[in-house]
Amino acid sequence: MIEVSNLTKRYARHTAVSGVSFSVKKGEILGFLGPNGAGKTTTMRILTGYLPATEGIATVGGYDVFESPLEVKRRVGYLPETPPLYADMSVSAYLDFVARIKGVPGRERAQRVDEAMEKCRVGDVRDTLIGKLSKGYRQRVGLAQAIIHNPEVLILDEPTAGLDPKQIIETRDLIKGLGGEHTIVLSTHILPEVSMTCSRVVIINNGRVVAEDTPEALTHRLRGSAGLRLQVKGLPGAVFDALRVVPGVTDIRQVRDDAHDTATFEVEAEPGREVRPELARAVVEKGFGLLSLGEVGMSLEQVFLHLTTQDAAEAPAAEGAPDAGAEEPS
Amino acid sequence: MTALGNVSAIVAKEWRHYFGSPIAWVALFVWTMLFGIFYYFMFTFFLQQSMMGQGAGFGSQPMSLNEMVIAPVLQNMAVVALFLAPMLTMRLFAEEKRQGTLELLATSPLTNLQIVLGKFLAAAGLYALMILAGLLNIALLWYYASSSPPEWKPIATGCLALLLMGSCFLALGTFVSTLTRNQIVAGILSFCLFLGIWTLGWADEPAASDLVKVIAYLGITTHMEDLLKGVLDLKDVVFYLSFIGFGLFLAHQSIESQRWRA
Repeated sequence: MIEVSNLTKRYARHTAVSGVSFSVKKGEILGFLGPNGAGKTTTMRILTGYLPATEGIATVGGYDVFESPLEVKRRVGYLPETPPLYADMSVSAYLDFVARIKGVPGRERAQRVDEAMEKCRVGDVRDTLIGKLSKGYRQRVGLAQAIIHNPEVLILDEPTAGLDPKQIIETRDLIKGLGGEHTIVLSTHILPEVSMTCSRVVIINNGRVVAEDTPEALTHRLRGSAGLRLQVKGLPGAVFDALRVVPGVTDIRQVRDDAHDTATFEVEAEPGREVRPELARAVVEKGFGLLSLGEVGMSLEQVFLHLTTQDAAEAPAAEGAPDAGAEEPS
Repeated sequence: MTALGNVSAIVAKEWRHYFGSPIAWVALFVWTMLFGIFYYFMFTFFLQQSMMGQGAGFGSQPMSLNEMVIAPVLQNMAVVALFLAPMLTMRLFAEEKRQGTLELLATSPLTNLQIVLGKFLAAAGLYALMILAGLLNIALLWYYASSSPPEWKPIATGCLALLLMGSCFLALGTFVSTLTRNQIVAGILSFCLFLGIWTLGWADEPAASDLVKVIAYLGITTHMEDLLKGVLDLKDVVFYLSFIGFGLFLAHQSIESQRWRA
């Protein structure tokens, strides 16, 4: 549905996005993850046809964003970082206006407005001026605006920013509900959001894609050499020696004393090698008690930090580049 | 068809802003009030003159309502338009930029030309409404001076002149509004620009050099004179229309180029 290849956006003094490529299949929810100033907003603005790219190609539904912007704009619903609302209009008048400029035919307009209001639960404020609405309602009106013409693609820039926890959960559920029917790209710097709503994640930092995968695979892959955690009853020193000699184990640490004769260890094994049976056997054969044995998953948060800080260390020059302009609404 | 629909959607939205805020009401109020005041004074002066004329025995040569009342009032209203036009155009684009709603327009299936045209036509429509409201004063003449009503043709061309001249300001003001996100700045800049263009016409004098004549030709008031007299000269209309076209062209280019620099 969305194909982005080698997208680059250069400004006079800095590069906001460089060589970004990814693709989104129909019905998929893609999470666009990265710290502030990473180039998320710029990429989304290029996808919606708001900004032209310096290099590279982006197509939505088979239409080139640059060659046939109107075709793309008809198919894309976009919620920018700050919802584009007219404070002096009522919710229904605003949605009616958006429906008109998005090309919804006159006879369907009232129905589309009602549907969008119902989906985003803003029906109870339909006659209220937008300027008088709370942040949560504004965000939902912004979302209603994005889905009003029933677009094939939804591009949501930080849809949950600034909401309270209850609203965040509601918004996430709403987005999940929209997936399948629509193809969604959403950006965020909040990690749990991605694992909760997205089927795939693109992590972007300093304008570059540093990883792309499913949330599970990403955590799995980045665990690298599989980390295992064991809690063993027995003298820690002796247990340590017993585990160290198990074939395939590359590193072992005692992370905690749980009691005078119980300790928790973390074991690193060679990548791809299953050492759990060996470990269990070694513990049992020496007469220790194996209380627990499990994987240590690196949380998405750790993955993210790992990826983004690693990248920064690799490219110290890029780190110094002023990125502030990239996320600023101009 | 969609193009027309898009333009009218923008026009309808702008009118909602105009009439949902005090702008339209203040503009209409100031305009009609000043129209009424000017009209009242011109008309009283006219009555005095005609009575004196009758007393002195010049009654054989009837004085013209068109020349002595209507043309001067319309001329004065052109000055009022100079002051009110920035009020109508300053927020057109500046406010969209400030609110971030330009992003909505720019990511909708609209062309920049449709956006610019819609906004300009909304302002010009409101301005036309103001002129119509002012005309009610003159319409009274048909009721009270039914024996010798004024000629309608100079009134029509006079109003056309007022509409065209004001629309030049509105087109240029639309352009200025694209330059900033602060509507006050847009308003002040537009006003200074309008004033500058207004004064160009003052350079005209019989002994002026060719260069000065060219500059004076660009003066926006110069082209009103014939129209106010009831002479519909194509060159004046073309001048105004090309001025409007130029203003809208600048606005369009400005919006288009900001997309690249943003």
